[in-house]
This record gives sequence, C-alpha cells and structure tokens, in this order.
Amino acid sequence: MTPAEVQAIWLTLRLAAVTLVFLLAVGTPLAWWLSRRRTNLSAFIESLVALPLILPPTVLGFYLLLMFAPHTIIGQLWQQLTGSQLAFSFNALVIGSFIYSLPFVVQPLQSAFAQVPAHLLQAAATLGATPIDQFRTVVLPLCKRSFITAASLGFAHTIGEFGVVLMIGGNIPGETRVLSIALYDQVESLQFAQAHRLAGGLMLFSIVLLFLLYRSNPQGLWRSNT
Amino acid sequence: MTGLDLDLKLTAQSSFRLEVHCKIAETGVTAIYGKSGSGKTTLLNCIAGLQAADAGSRIVNRGDIWQSDQCFVPPWQRNIGFVFQDARLFPHLNVRENLNYAVSRRHRESNISFAKVVDWLELDSLLTRPATQLSAGQKQRVAIARALLSSPTLLLLDEPLANLDHGARAQCLHYLQRLRQMIDLPMLYVSHDMEEVSHLADKLILLEEGKVQAQGSVVDLCARLDTRLSHDEQAATILLGTLKNHDSEYGLSELDVEGTPLFVAQLPEIIDAQYRLRIPARDVSICRQRPQASSILNILPVELIQIEETTGSRVLLKLAFGQQFLLARITRKSVAELNLQVGDSLYAQVKSVALLSETTENNS
Repeated sequence: MTPAEVQAIWLTLRLAAVTLVFLLAVGTPLAWWLSRRRTNLSAFIESLVALPLILPPTVLGFYLLLMFAPHTIIGQLWQQLTGSQLAFSFNALVIGSFIYSLPFVVQPLQSAFAQVPAHLLQAAATLGATPIDQFRTVVLPLCKRSFITAASLGFAHTIGEFGVVLMIGGNIPGETRVLSIALYDQVESLQFAQAHRLAGGLMLFSIVLLFLLYRSNPQGLWRSNT
Repeated sequence: MTGLDLDLKLTAQSSFRLEVHCKIAETGVTAIYGKSGSGKTTLLNCIAGLQAADAGSRIVNRGDIWQSDQCFVPPWQRNIGFVFQDARLFPHLNVRENLNYAVSRRHRESNISFAKVVDWLELDSLLTRPATQLSAGQKQRVAIARALLSSPTLLLLDEPLANLDHGARAQCLHYLQRLRQMIDLPMLYVSHDMEEVSHLADKLILLEEGKVQAQGSVVDLCARLDTRLSHDEQAATILLGTLKNHDSEYGLSELDVEGTPLFVAQLPEIIDAQYRLRIPARDVSICRQRPQASSILNILPVELIQIEETTGSRVLLKLAFGQQFLLARITRKSVAELNLQVGDSLYAQVKSVALLSETTENNS
C-alpha cells in the first residue's frame, strides 16, 4: 500500500472512532428519552434523527457546508473558540458523520430500551436503586447486544460515508481525505489496481462485520434480546 | 408517631378515584382486601412511591414524611420491600445475584442476614440457578427473600400468591406464615382471597371502589353482618382454639375452643399451640336442642345475638360462642319455623370438614 492509502485508512478509522464516542454519548440518552416518551416533540425529534436514512447525503452535506462557512454564525463562533476554520476540517467531518450515522445508533438502542419492561425498573427502585443505578444495572445488561449492534453499525456507517464528506470536507490529505474519497480519486485517475485494494478491503470488512452481527442477533439487528 | 398514616387521594383520567384516610398498625400483618378494580394495587403503588397521589395527599411512615405538599420521597429512598404479583426477578442475574442486588443497596444495618433468609425460604439449592429457570413458586420465594434482604421498615405484598397453582400457593403461604412469626416487620398484604387473609392477617382494611369500607381485626370484621365480607358466598368466621389432644385411632385432633372440644383432621403440630379455625357460614346449621344422634361431631352451644334483616331466601345469623363469634347462613323459612329470636340459646352444628387450620398465634 502507498503511504497515501495508509494515511487515508488511518484517518478514516480515527474519524469513525471519534464519531462513535459522540454517537454513544448523545445517542444513548436520546434513545432512552425517545423510548419512554410519546409526544409530538419526541415524534419530531425522532423524524429529524431518521432524516439521513432517506435524504441523499449530498443534500445534508450541502446544508452543512452552508452552515459551516466562515461568514456564518456557526463558522465564526467556531473560529473564535478554536482559532481554526470549521469547513473542510476534520472537525467538520466529525459533526457531519455524527448526524449522518445517528439513526444507526439511536434506532437499535431505542427499540431495545422500549423492550425493557418498566416493571423491572420499578422492582429495582423499591430495592433502593436510583434511576442511574437502574439504568446501569438493569437496562445496560439487558441491552448489551443492542449496544454492540448500535456501536458496530455507527462505526461501519461512518467508515462507508462519501457524500457528506465530499461536500463539507473536500479532499485534503491527512485532514479530510478518507477512504471513500481516496477511492474516488483513484478511480477518477484510472488507477483501477489500487482502487481494487481499497474497495475490496472495504467490502470484505463490511461483509465480515455484518455477518458477525447477524449471526449473534438471529432475530434481526433492530430487536433486542430481552 | 408510629405506624403508617395515609391521607391520600388519586383522581385518574378514567374517573376511578382512590380516597383513603387511615392509619395502619406498626406491627403484624394488615390485609387490604377488595374485589379487583377496588384500588388495592394503586394504593400499594402510592405507598411505595411508584405512583404519586394527588396534591393534598399525605403519607407518613413512622414519622418520616413520604409524600406531602412539600415533598415527595422517591421509591428508592423509602426503604420499603415490595413483593409483586409477578415476582419481577432480574432475568440477567441468577438467584444469588438477585438477592445481593437488595443487600448491596440496603439503607440500614440489619439482623436479617443473607444466610438466615436463604434458610427460612429454603433457597440454598437454587442460589446458582438463573432467575429465568425457576418455577412460579420458586420465583415468588426468591422475590420475598429479595424484598426482605433490602432490610425494609415496611413490607408491601401485592397478591403474591395469585399467580401460583394450588400446591405452590399452599407452600408459599406456609413460608409467609413462618416469616410472620420470625421477624418483627409490619406487612401490608393485598389480596382478593379471604382464605389467604384469614391465614395471615391480624388487621384488615376493606377497600371498595377506592374507599375504605371498614377497618379492624380480621376476626372481628369476619363476624360483622354489615360488610360485604359476610355476604360473600365464601363468608366465614375465625375461631381461635388450643390444640389439646391427638386421637390417632380416628385420625383426629381435639382443640379447645371456649371450653368446648372441637375435632378436626389430625394435625402434626405440638400440643398447646394456638390455632385459627375457619368456619364457613354456609357449613353451620342451627338446632334448638342438642342433637342426640348426629354424624356431626362439632356441636357448639351458642347464643343468637343478631339476625340479618333481609327479604331474600337466606339469612345470616350472628352467634356468640363464649367470647367469640360465629356466622350461620340458613334459610329464612328455617328462621320462621324455629321461631328464632335474638337472645335464644341454640346449638350450632359445624361440619368438621369445614374446620381449617394453619396458623399459630396468640389470641389478643
């Protein structure tokens, strides 16, 4: 592999890992809230979260690009806080990937949480468990498999994304040139042999991951085992 | 302040209302009895803090305010034990881990040790079993043990035997009776089964459509003519007796009740133990004279003290037997033909099969 390819792979893994941390940190409480409340607000939030499932990534990327531009409020705020530009940066990719992969984390968790019987939490409460304790000792263990599913899907989906990255990240080696962009470059410059390495590798990775997930969740990825 | 003070109101969207103002004893078992839909479980949930009663309600346990207009103590801080109808064991833990879940979250030091509770409820052989691989009866035993191990100041039981088959039910009832004698812990026992209540409870709260209809000792309430209890098909009174003798030849045990011998199917227990005897009102018949040649062994001299006013075909009689009371349900025609009057001295014939015996206690 060429150093440029290694750099692209490394950057992609780093992007997926950082994004995953945010996905789990925000997705878990969000999924919990969505699983326990049925209001107009929750339905609206739910549909926002699901938006990337149907929207072309380029649409999302286009609007994010407009929002991240240096003259916008977000762009200027970011500039003031961090001293660097947001558009075409690694951070912009993290934000874009986060939004783009959020449904893949929230949906499996939400359906798993919804299947945790409320009466078990009541029992835990009468035994002296605070809500956080209840979550840690009852919900987490019962939803363990769904967490693995959610994390795997979130991670893999970030690795595979293209449209959003292209729109808001551009193609800066070491900063925003992730796997899928590098592959696109190779194909554009007719380097098919190299393209096979990246495309084939990504294909293999995805098949193995999905195979492992489906094997350990015979009832499907959106169902928990409770 | 002692005991549990309830002053609560709950208005649900579905017009159902709970309005309970009462004081519950600090010791012994208090049963909350009512038909399904009378608000028993809702009341227990309010006491546990799983449901908040309406503004203006007050729940005070031994001086600790659990709910008032100023505060609402969440269930995890109320230091209660709750045994649910459906056990609610944690499916991802085994029996030992379920029990330890309670131990590690105790609010106070306690002399109810893990070993003691496991011994009482005979759980030793089940400790490593996953909670999902237990029979219904075993699950409920573990649930009772778990609630006890949280070292509660009050134990709430919501129809813990309702989901069990006959055998498991009798067994669990036996464990609960033993617990009652072993530990000094006030218990609130919700049930719609008067037989269970007669076995276990000292006090009784009659709940009807969300309101307290009557409250008092189980023995007294069973013998009252003015509650729904005595009008149930299963209506029965409770007599307290002392075991005196075993007659192995005929397989009977003799109990002393108010100086009169009473025979029941032979009991395995020790002489001089106190027993509760349950006498269904429909199994009591009345004679003016002591019957001479009767197959019925148990004939008690009684005084008629109350005749139910009714236009139905059957009438309830309240009979005094020494210091205790019996109910008899006979036809209105019999009352007329025997010309029964309040104050008459009569004989009550009790079919011996109707005598149930399970528990030991002191007559207070």
